[in-house]
Amino acid sequence: MSNIHVTTTINGDETEYVCRPDESLLDVLRDRLGMSGTKEGCGTGDCGACSVTLDGRLVCSCLVMGAEVDGHKVETIEGMADGEDLHPLQQKFLEHAALQCGICTPGFLVAAQSLLERNLDPTETEVRYWLAGNLCRCTGYDKIVRAVLDTAKDMRKVAKKSSAKKTAKKGARHAA
Amino acid sequence: MRYEAPETIKAAVGLLIKARGQSRILAGGTDLMVQMRSGMLEPDLIMDIKRIPGMRDIVPEKGGFRIGAAVSGSELGEHAKVSKMWPGVVEAVELIGSTQIQGRATMVGNLCNASPAADSVPALIAVGATARIVGNKRTRDVPVETIAKAPGKTILAKGEFVSSVFLPKALPRTGSAYLRFIPRTEMDIAVVGSGVCLTLNPKGVVTKARVSLGAVAARALLVEEAADVLLGNKLNDDVLERLADIASDAATPINDKRGTVAFRKQVAGVLTRRAALIAFQRAKG
Ligand SMILES: Cc1cc2nc3c(=O)[nH]c(=O)nc-3n(C[C@H](O)[C@H](O)[C@H](O)COP(=O)(O)OP(=O)(O)OC[C@H]3O[C@@H](n4cnc5c(N)ncnc54)[C@H](O)[C@@H]3O)c2cc1C
Ligand code: FES
Ligand code: FES
Repeated sequence: MSNIHVTTTINGDETEYVCRPDESLLDVLRDRLGMSGTKEGCGTGDCGACSVTLDGRLVCSCLVMGAEVDGHKVETIEGMADGEDLHPLQQKFLEHAALQCGICTPGFLVAAQSLLERNLDPTETEVRYWLAGNLCRCTGYDKIVRAVLDTAKDMRKVAKKSSAKKTAKKGARHAA
Repeated sequence: MRYEAPETIKAAVGLLIKARGQSRILAGGTDLMVQMRSGMLEPDLIMDIKRIPGMRDIVPEKGGFRIGAAVSGSELGEHAKVSKMWPGVVEAVELIGSTQIQGRATMVGNLCNASPAADSVPALIAVGATARIVGNKRTRDVPVETIAKAPGKTILAKGEFVSSVFLPKALPRTGSAYLRFIPRTEMDIAVVGSGVCLTLNPKGVVTKARVSLGAVAARALLVEEAADVLLGNKLNDDVLERLADIASDAATPINDKRGTVAFRKQVAGVLTRRAALIAFQRAKG
């Protein structure tokens, strides 16, 4: 089996690795790059624990080949917090106790972030359908859904404030 | 095992012709990776087609739209014109898996995996889609219903692969729909699937019809007798009754834990009747 040299961007950093053609992106992240935040539940696309984004699209990293991502952009759970500052979704998951064992959590967070990037005002049904490919054996899902809806609400407020500020600034500039 | 990602169709065909042992095309990988992991399959060559120009494009073409073989379910669903013209196809593709699977799974992968339960296939058959096959000597366009031969088997010869699917432009007053039955509400394999496409005249009489059933035979079926019942008629109770009976009769399913023969036959009738009504409503606009 010939090894493949891959250059890709992971969480904004250019990354190089060598992998075998039968390795999944999940194997590469965990075993070659030591990024063990992304979890393996099933390895067959059913559980969503391995969720990452590839060029901005939510995918199961267990169903992507390591070799395929050459020249593409991958975002993982490791890129979610800003240093010590948790992402609002991470904070809300803690506040709502939306996790127990935590195996499913990175996948839920990455999937929920991908939803909120597209739709900051999802209905509960939209949240449930978007997250239907993420399985959790512990929480019963409700707390997860509440946490996502609550994050969306807060993020809408912040978005509103910052756009109000921008308009105010613009107004001030125009007045001057 | 070798991984190749050629950048032209010619190079891709060349690789397939030269390859020894088993070769597999990689589109979204949502079937292929699962099959490899389960040990069902150990290809000698995996050929990723996503770097070939055009494979990820949806382009209007004379008489319809051409969908590249590597266009994902999400990309198709986000295309406003395609969604408007072929709601039956888009709703079928969107049933495939979760958000994560949608980000990768392709319609052509669904077709070439040749599972009898593939959701997009009856919908594609109903709208009269054709698949473009590229190969060493010639390029040919074939009706999608001829691609699968048996579960897991296609008509593709060595060196050939599907480069795109063509959706012929819907005539005025045309509606399409796809329904499937699964025991859950999400993430399951069709027990029965039914795709219907109808064209009406201004009086609401059916002038063109195609009906296709999935998961009730070794491959998706084009049920011509079902279309014949609709032609020249309005969708009254009598016509719908006969349509359901013909769909039930056309189904030759297997017995398994997901459904008995009798149940699948009955559901084939029920779903076809319901899909016809949805297609009819859509055709009326
Ligand atoms: C969790 C999960 C849920 C799923 N749910 C559904 C569902 O509800 N309904 C359903 O129908 N399917 C479902 N599937 C199956 C799968 O996602 C679909 O069949 C999908 O459309 C396959 O597309 P792909 O691009 O991922 O194919 P791939 O895995 O890339 O390819 C599938 C097969 O087709 C061949 N192939 C691919 N492209 C070409 C080409 N251009 N020319 C020739 N051969 C080609 C490949 O070599 C391979 O044998 C599910 C899968 C998973 C993992
Ligand atoms: S590990 Fe990838 S979906 Fe379960
Ligand atoms: S918290 Fe344990 S699986 Fe979700």
